[in-house]
Parts: sequence; structure tokens; C-alpha cells
Amino acid sequence: MSMNTQGRPTAAGDVGESFRPKTFTGNRGLDMEEPLIFEFGSLETTGVDLDEDESAEFELGSFKRTAEIGLPGLAEPEAMRHYVRLSRNNYAIDSGLYPLGSCTMKHNPRLNEKMARLPGFADIHPLQPVSSVPGALELIDALAHWLMVSTNTSAVAMSPKAGAHGELCGMMAIKAAHTAAGRDPKIVLVPESAHGTNPATAALLGYKVVNIDAKDDGTVDLEALKKTIAEHEGNIAGIMLTNPNTCGLFEREVKQIADLIHKADAYFYCDGANFNAIVGKARPGDLGVDAMHINLHKTFSTPHGGGGPGSGPVVLSERLAPFAPLPFIRKTDKGLELVETEAATKDSEQPFGRMTAFHGQMGMYVRALSYMMSHGSDGLRQASEDAVLNANYVRVGLQDLMSLPFGERPCMHEVLFDDSFLKDTGVTTLDFAKAMIDEGYHPMTMYFPLVVHGAMLIEPTESESRAALDLFIATMRDLVMSAKRGETERFSGAPYLAPRRRLDETGAARKPVLKWTEPAPAEVTPAAAE
Amino acid sequence: MRYLPLNDTDRSDMLARVGVKSVDELFADIPEDVRMKGLLDLPKRASEMEVERKLTAMASKNTAAGSVPFFVGAGAYKHHVPATVDHLIQRSEFLTSYTPYQPEITQGTLQYLFEFQSQVARLTAMDVANASMYDGSTGTGEAVLMAHRVTKRNKAVLSGGLHPQYREVVEGLSNMAGDRVVSLPADPTGTEDILSQIDDETSCVVVQSPSFYGQLIDLKPIAEKAHQHKALLIAVFTEVVSLGLIEPPGTQGADIVVGEGQSIGNGLNFGGPYVGLFATRQQYVRQMPGRLCGETVDAEGKRGFVLTLSTREQHIRRDKATSNICTNSGLCCLAFTIHMSLLGQAGLTKLARINHGNAVKLKKLLAGVHGVEVLNSVYFNEFTIALPKVAEDVVEQLAERGILAGLPVSRLEPGNKDLANLLVVASTEVNTDEDRAAFADALKEVLA
Repeated sequence: MSMNTQGRPTAAGDVGESFRPKTFTGNRGLDMEEPLIFEFGSLETTGVDLDEDESAEFELGSFKRTAEIGLPGLAEPEAMRHYVRLSRNNYAIDSGLYPLGSCTMKHNPRLNEKMARLPGFADIHPLQPVSSVPGALELIDALAHWLMVSTNTSAVAMSPKAGAHGELCGMMAIKAAHTAAGRDPKIVLVPESAHGTNPATAALLGYKVVNIDAKDDGTVDLEALKKTIAEHEGNIAGIMLTNPNTCGLFEREVKQIADLIHKADAYFYCDGANFNAIVGKARPGDLGVDAMHINLHKTFSTPHGGGGPGSGPVVLSERLAPFAPLPFIRKTDKGLELVETEAATKDSEQPFGRMTAFHGQMGMYVRALSYMMSHGSDGLRQASEDAVLNANYVRVGLQDLMSLPFGERPCMHEVLFDDSFLKDTGVTTLDFAKAMIDEGYHPMTMYFPLVVHGAMLIEPTESESRAALDLFIATMRDLVMSAKRGETERFSGAPYLAPRRRLDETGAARKPVLKWTEPAPAEVTPAAAE
Repeated sequence: MRYLPLNDTDRSDMLARVGVKSVDELFADIPEDVRMKGLLDLPKRASEMEVERKLTAMASKNTAAGSVPFFVGAGAYKHHVPATVDHLIQRSEFLTSYTPYQPEITQGTLQYLFEFQSQVARLTAMDVANASMYDGSTGTGEAVLMAHRVTKRNKAVLSGGLHPQYREVVEGLSNMAGDRVVSLPADPTGTEDILSQIDDETSCVVVQSPSFYGQLIDLKPIAEKAHQHKALLIAVFTEVVSLGLIEPPGTQGADIVVGEGQSIGNGLNFGGPYVGLFATRQQYVRQMPGRLCGETVDAEGKRGFVLTLSTREQHIRRDKATSNICTNSGLCCLAFTIHMSLLGQAGLTKLARINHGNAVKLKKLLAGVHGVEVLNSVYFNEFTIALPKVAEDVVEQLAERGILAGLPVSRLEPGNKDLANLLVVASTEVNTDEDRAAFADALKEVLA
């Protein structure tokens, strides 16, 4: 061991690697245990200085609150430390590869954050005079243009607040179009591989969901579709199809599907969750799509933020364009007009209603436009190509050891494995995913789509370097070999090295504790009371 | 392209490894005739500097609320947000994380969601709150659908004091879902007869307090009548700061409480993203829409948090789900919960008192302007005035004088002559005495 002049050891030396002290605090070095604000904040404390005019009068009548609210306050340094410590218990794209299939966890450029915080975007009120926000209309119109050109569509409903809200908007436009044509079909076709939001959306609007079968290769079975359409002739409102689908495959027969649907007087709703694979490579409008939501928080990189906020503008074909909901922007000779009410519409405009108060997710629009402008037409295409290349690179790196349910064919931006490679190992998809956590990775999407057993859906995105993919592939191979060697302990109890071990989700659901409550005071024993 | 780590050497090596000659082979499943040969008809890539220049030019055409005396409310409010909030929500670990599907490595998100739910439950005096909705308006739509599930009835009664755009969201969703909606006429003064609308077919009655027009509404008699008929009271608010000072909907008998949480932690953002607050009574928890975070323990017995009761949700229940909602407003709830933790009860009640005090001062000033009539007797930080002229014109003239004065009701309710002269004005903690005096003086000029 080397020493400095004060005799203090400077090398780590042999200090007993395997010894893990049981600490007084429960902390493990930088890994901190953090209580709830209710357990250390105080009702007297506030971290916000406010100047109050004590002479102010009240005109509240009998409405004044009398009971305590019971909200603890924190001084600024306490709040800073609390939330910084909490943040350190989170995995994030910025800290590692996040191959969550169908979620498109790509890099979130900070330029976009900076742009969204310009006071001219962040500090404008949705109902201040329209004459005082021409730049806001210009921005929304510009983003709408980029979205329509990318998809070759005629209109875009900007206001939906997230992907599922966009689905709802698209399906409401379809329902409105049928109503306007004097029709009232009752059925929506949804393949089993669809996101859960698709059948939930259709059901919300009173539609009956009819499943359509897949072929052995995971794509829609055209013959089965024909039969289903014939069986329900005249009663089909539309189809909800994800393309590329959730198995990571492009539906080769998408145009035939669209033709069949259109011949049946129905509409083609495309779930745009996987648009990231094909931006600049194919335009949904050319594929016969009538409506498609675009998850700005996936394809166009607005941050996922731990589960939102999202944004789900819906592009619409010419046939559906008149039914786009309020509000929308109309281009005239005099410039851009904001149409907010039914009364302001023209005969050709038949909005089905309104999805939300105000104008949608402006903060997300700014970020998405900043992202799209940065990439440009060439960069957007390159991003799609890299996303697809990266997914295929992962596929060929793993396909000899893991199992591809639909054979060794190219995938789009995500690659789907099933769990047959784990047969007889005693390791499940869940165990495998949890062991990835110990290796410093966020697991892939698991058990989705439902069409393959023990699904593992890996989407590396274009944001990963070759070196990052090589390490990921090598890690996955090591895990697979380990499972096949019967080293089940590495999996069955994983994760061992995360801030928490596996959590009891069954217990959480059986007796839900959904908020903090004051613990009952400890019983005072006579001895302690003395 | 600065966001793409692969270089051309990587690409050709990787294509060789994949076993294809060109990247286009990977796109061979796209039918030849629709596969794009050239580029999209859009500008090519742009440097950070160039994007910044273009977007800044657009932003500078807008009048920022903070740059003028500002009195617009009506569902979104200009408040001061502490600098700490925006710093913390930009932590990579919060900003670039996904929905916490893997709880072992997302305890940060889960714990703040649990704190958020606890704060919202206390603020509203309700049993349980969810981990947020998109915003107040969509939350109100979801509440009406939930009332339908709970009561197995489908007639919703909407108060004339409900924000007109909230009403439109509810009507649109309910009509499409096959429910009936009875919307009462605009009610600026809180004097409508809503009780007579409640009957044995009613699933819910939706009342906003403070109302869209600013009036505080006594929810207790409405709750009583609703409960007599086994209907639910859905209480709505758009200004969450009001709960620091006025009696919460939970103690007034509300069964579902929906609110807009933007005022705490979140900027105006031209209407979004915002954060919907949603709370209810324990017995209805399994009919709630949206994500719920619950407490549990891990394999070593340590406390931890997970998303729970997900058998209500679309990814498990598909077409039987309580809602199709998936994404919520994660980062906006974080902003809310940080700001609320900084305020605490002490700060929130003070903030609420300042807001109310400022509105009282503004009311006195405006009531002194010749021809102006104030319509509300009890209000929080917002109220409605009747002008002797069309409000929309007055607002434009005030804007020319550099004052953003409020919302002319006719912008949202066109074609109703009774409402043409009404202006909804708000005064929060950001307004100074000078701002209010400037508003009153300019109004005098415009009305002269």
C-alpha cells in the first residue's frame, strides 16, 4: 500500500470486499433512504416568501375554510435535497440504454427544453387576445405543416393531450363521419397484437370490438379479414391497426387491408405509436390511412417525464378532415385565424366537438418542432434508418441464443423475442428482465404484445452508439448463457443491486394504501408515562 | 446530425453484420410503390443556433403575460413559480424516465406520485386521489363517465357556472359514449335552480366553485339533493389556490372532485401541458380512471411504492377498462408537488389570502369606474363585470394600451346577447397596486 507524507493510505488496498455493513441510517453510501415529506416537513414551515398586505379585506361570505389542510412545508434547501435524492432512485434515458419496446425512449435534446421556456411560448395565456399571440398560431401551424407533410395527409387535429387521447379523437372523427353519412355501424376491428388503448378507446365510444386474426408471421391475415368483413357487412366502422405492428413488423399487405376497409365503407385508423420506424421512408397517407395519432413524446422526442405529459396530434385524410375538432387554425389571405367555437365555423367545417379546454399541449408542440427542424428532412430519414438498423443489429446479435417467434427476418425499429429460449431453465421473462436491472439496464417491454408467449420487445432507438449496443448484446448473451447453465439464483431474486428488491404488487392491490396517513400514536405504557 | 451517434463506418459495418447490402433492404416490407425514394418536402437539418433563431423570432411576436399588467384567468392563472421547481423537474432522472413500470428502479417517480396523491387528497378533503389526469377539462369528462359506471345511469346535469369549454368536452365525450347531458344556461351570478334538475335518472350533477364567472357556490344543498336521488356530486375547480382559503369540496359532500392544478408549479404555456387533479371517496376507488400509486414493501421488507389497481386499466382490461388513459401528466404533477411542498399549508393559505385580497382591491377599483357593474358577491381571485359596451371590443382597446384585461365571455359563448358585455377578470399575487390602477384608469378612458 502506498502512503503519502502524512502516512495516510492512498490506495484502496485489501479492506474486505465482501463485507457489507448494516448501516444505522439504512443508507448505503450514495444510495439514500428518503422519508415522505409528511414525515419530516412541518405545518409551520414554508419555502416561499410572500408579502401580504395585512389590511386586505375578505369577501368570502361563509365559504372560508376552517379546518387544517394538513400540508407540510419545506424550506428551500430541504426541498432541493428531498427531490434530488428521490431523483437518484430513478432510471432514465440520460443515464442508460432504455430499450422499452413501443415506447421509443430516445434522447431528449435540451435545446427543446430551452425553446419551450421562452417567455413568448411559456408565459402566454390560452385566452389572452388572439391579436397578442400571432407567434403561437404560427408555431402551431408550422408544426401542423411538418406533421402533414411527413404523413401526406390533409389535416391535423392538434389538441389531443396524449396518444390514447389522440386515438379517441381519431375514432370520434370516424364516428362523426359515419353519422354525417347517415350510418351507424357498431363494430371496430382490432388485432390481438394491438395496444390496450385501442380496444379501450373503441369500447369507450360504444363500439363492439371484434378481433382479427394474425398469420404465423405476426401480420394481419388478409383472408381472415375478408371473412370477418363479409360476416359483419355494413356494420363495420373501422379498423384500428398499428403499423409497423407491435411485433416490430411492417404490415406488407397494408394497402390491401386499407382497400378492403374502404370498400366496406369503413375507415382505417392507424395507431402511430411506431411511426419512428418509417418517418421519411413511407407516408401513412400513401398507405390508405384515414387517421393516425402521432405520439410527439415518442417519435418527436418530447420528454416522457415519468409518465407524461404527452401530446397526440391526429393527422386526418381528406375524407375525415372536415370533422376535426375545435379548436383549429384556418389559413386565410389575411393570415392565420383561430377557430374556437362552433359559431365561427364555415359550412365545410363540421367539427365533432372539443377534446380539451384551450388549444392542446403547446409546450410539447414547441419541443417537437424544435426537434423536427433540427433533424430536417434528411435527419428525420436518417433517424428512422438508424433506429431500424440498431434494432436489426440487436436482433442478429441475439437471435442465435434467444428465440424470434416469426423467424429470422428483418424487423423494423424494435425486435420481439418470445420466452421459448428459456424453456426448462426455470427462469421467466420477468426474472430475466429483473436480472437486467442488476446489469444496469432498464428492462425491455415484457409480456407485450400478448400474441407471443413471455414477450420481450426491445427497441434500442437511434440514440444508441454501436459501442453501447455491443455492450448491451454482450450483456444479454451473458444473461442467456447464465440462465441456460442453470444459475437461477441470478434471476429468481433479482434485482439484488437496485434501490429496492422486488416489490409486493399483489399486497399493494389487495389492501390499497394510496395516501399517507398519520401513524396511530404508539401506545403509552404506564412505565413510559411516568 | 448531432443527435445520432452512428457514423458512416458504423453504419456500413453494422449493415454487413446484419447481412444486408443497404439499409433499404431492411425496409423491403414496405410496398415498393409507396416506399419513398427522395426526401420529404421539408427543410434540411438545422444547427442549434439556427433553430434557436427561428423559434425565438416566433416567440417574440407574442405578448408574454409577465411583460404587461395581466388579468386573464378563466381556467388558467398567472402565478409566480419558485425557481427551484423548474430546476428540479429538469433533473434528467425525472425528465427522461418513463412511466414507472419497473418499480425497483423508479422509486423516485413513484414516491413523488404518492406524495402528490396525498397532497391532493388533503387539499380536496377526499379519501383518495389518482396520479393525475391530462387537465381539468378532460378530467371532468372522465368523472362524468365514472359517475355513469357507479350509478348505472346516464343523465348528467351540468351547472351553468361550469367553464364553457369544460362543458363542451363533457358534452362531446358523453354524446359519443351514448350518455345524456343537460346543460343549464350560463349562470354568472350563481343563482340558477339546479336542484329541480336532479331526479332518479340523474347519474351526476357537475358544479364548478369558484364558478367560471368567479362566484363561490354552496355545494352542500346540491350534494344533499343529489344523494337523496342516489346521484353523485362532481365538484369542479379551475383555480386550485382557492383551496387554501375556502371550504374544500370534500367537506361539502362532493363524491368526485376534479380540478385544474396548473396554478401550482406550472406555467401558462398557452393552455398545456397542465395537470388534472382527480379525487373521490374510498368506495368508488375501483371505478376511478387513471394511474394510482400505492404503498407496499419489497422482498427485504423495506417500504416502497408501485402502480396499483391496474386491473382497472387499458393495458390489462383492454375493452373493459375504466378509461383508455395511459400517459398522465407525470412531470406536471412533479412540478405541482414540489411547489406545494415548498408552500406547505402555511404558504398556501397566505398565497390564497394575497390572491383574494388582490381581487377585492381590483373589484373596488373597477366598481368605481362609471358604467361598470360587478356581478359577484362572494368570489376568490376572479369575478365578472358587466360593461356598458361589448366586452370583446373593450379588451382589444385595452390591449392596444398595453393591458391584458380579462376574458370577454362572448369569446367562448358567442351569439348570446346577454353575455356580450361580460368580462371575467382575475387578480393573482403577481399583480401590483400599479397594475390594478393602470387597468382601472385605462378602462375609464375606453368607456368614456
